[in-house]
Amino acid sequence: MENKNAKGWLYLLPAFLFLGVFMIYPLIDVFVYSFEEGYNSASQTFSGTGLYNYSYVLHDPYFLQAVQNTLILVAVTVPLSTGLALLISVALSSIKPLRDLFQTVYFLPYVTNTLAVGLVFMILFKKTAYSDGLVNLLLQFFGGSSIDFIDGPYWAKMFVLCFYTVWVVMPFKILILTSALASVNQVYYNAARVDGTPRWRIFTKITLPMISPMIFYLVITGFIGAFKAYSDAVALFGTDLNAAEMNTIVGYVYDMLYGNSGGYPSYASAAAILLFAIVLTITCINLLVSRKHVHY
Amino acid sequence: MRILLQNLTKKFPGRGKKSPEEVIAVNDFTFEIPDGKLIGLLGPSGCGKSTALNLICGLQKPTAGKIFFGEDDVTDLPPEHRGVGLVFQNYALYPHLTVLKNITFPLENLRGADRLTREEMEKRALEAAGLVQLEGLMDRKPSELSGGQQQRVAIARALVKTPKVLLLDEPLSNLDARLRLQTREEIRRIQRQTGVTTVFVTHDQEEAMSISDMIVVMKEGVVQQIGRPQEVYDQPVNLFVAKFLGTPPINVFRGKVSGGRLYIGSEAVLSLSDVPDQEVTLGIRPEGFILREDGPLSCDLTRVEVMGRDVSVVSTHPCSENLSIRSIINAENTVDPDAEKVRFALKPRKLYLFHPRTGERIPFTAE
Repeated sequence: MENKNAKGWLYLLPAFLFLGVFMIYPLIDVFVYSFEEGYNSASQTFSGTGLYNYSYVLHDPYFLQAVQNTLILVAVTVPLSTGLALLISVALSSIKPLRDLFQTVYFLPYVTNTLAVGLVFMILFKKTAYSDGLVNLLLQFFGGSSIDFIDGPYWAKMFVLCFYTVWVVMPFKILILTSALASVNQVYYNAARVDGTPRWRIFTKITLPMISPMIFYLVITGFIGAFKAYSDAVALFGTDLNAAEMNTIVGYVYDMLYGNSGGYPSYASAAAILLFAIVLTITCINLLVSRKHVHY
Repeated sequence: MRILLQNLTKKFPGRGKKSPEEVIAVNDFTFEIPDGKLIGLLGPSGCGKSTALNLICGLQKPTAGKIFFGEDDVTDLPPEHRGVGLVFQNYALYPHLTVLKNITFPLENLRGADRLTREEMEKRALEAAGLVQLEGLMDRKPSELSGGQQQRVAIARALVKTPKVLLLDEPLSNLDARLRLQTREEIRRIQRQTGVTTVFVTHDQEEAMSISDMIVVMKEGVVQQIGRPQEVYDQPVNLFVAKFLGTPPINVFRGKVSGGRLYIGSEAVLSLSDVPDQEVTLGIRPEGFILREDGPLSCDLTRVEVMGRDVSVVSTHPCSENLSIRSIINAENTVDPDAEKVRFALKPRKLYLFHPRTGERIPFTAE
């Protein structure tokens, strides 16, 4: 029996090794750094231990800005993208002709490079000396005044960032939801039809509960993904996100490490741990909520 | 509610290059289901019996023909306006709803003047549950029920709207043998109690024979025979029906009629009149054999199976179309299991002649 156990551990060793070296050790390390004040990665020295790093980060207006941006991004894009993806998936599964074409079209953004998409959004939104951008042309056509979406007011920039994020995450959600919808057994719909169930009730009472595990999966991964947003903001507003007021928490961590004002691994670690705590809390809340509403 | 099916036909279009021919699932179906009866639609798989059921309930539209419920033409009516209850083969219970919610689901769809209060709904659901003896399980989820219980929930859900017609698609196929016996009695009882016209689909002839008032035997979308179970068993119109009904199945032989005698091989087994000289296919029911030492039919004995009340004699004959001949005789007769030959006389009423090519029954009078 003991021999068998040893064998089992041996088989698990490669996985443990990789997880340990690349996930658990760094996590612990970051945790340790976040309490070491004035840590210098070149000389591997620090001046003391305590909560100063956290206090600094929490009082840093850039960090607070980043938290605000991230929270807005999460609160807007997760429900919006999931809802829209659900609508599109339902529409896709109820049409027959051209379904494959539409599925391909909706999936295209998923295989497109983030930065390339960012470029397209620049063309759509950015004001230059030569053009106001496509969206502004449209706004002007309908009698509105043009807005600088990239360097203009905060809400306009936030709008573009949210729009962009929704657009980027939708294809995956549509893919998951269309396959979830397709896997609902037709017999339930037949049963509902014989009972004269109205379409809306079929949707809310049968379709939604049946695909609820998938929706829940998308919401959780959506939350986590949105909290970790960074490259989207860079693609739209460049690397100096603090100046653009468009920084995210991950962006702040990066800036603290490598940015122009960087070289503070202790502050970066503290911010990273704070992000970790936020994501963990939100995910736990999600799990609790899902117990009530997700079937199976 | 009397149901009348008139020249009902359902064709499915061919699917592209691989199978270009269209499939005729139900072909020129005409028959009347009397009010308050239990009808078994019987046939091998793929014979179109489930399609016929779907046409009656309205989930599929017929290519041609008409369906009447009573005097009303319901051919173009969607299922919800036909007043039918349907029990699906795999029950189709909503897995996320409790038994009570499953049963009240159809009631909650009622709108306007038909709308019931919550109390009435629960009362109706409890009545339906009582009918199928489900009390006490109302708060369970379908996954917490046994197959037989799920079946009963499905029936209760179909009955709760007091449909004019109850349709059951292979209602017993997912149950084990013992439960199947029990549940078919249940279905019979529920049908008697409610008096609802019921059509059920099955490929199991025993099931259909045991509880139906009438059975409809189908083959490849065409109705072969309609009648009371005993009638169809005793007077099959063709070889297919004769082969399909009865366990153990009918024994088939090649034979010929010559000069008023029926021959199997060189043995004259029966004298008969009214049949011109010709080759025939003979069907003999297992119970149509009489063990007799001077009987005209001699077979090679394979083995004897004792089943208590009866004895099943398994033998072979060069003219038999089955691998073995199975005859059931009374256990009072003793067969020496070591004997090489066994001789039978035949009961003319359990013997049928069929045309060797068309399979149509050839009537005869035994002398």
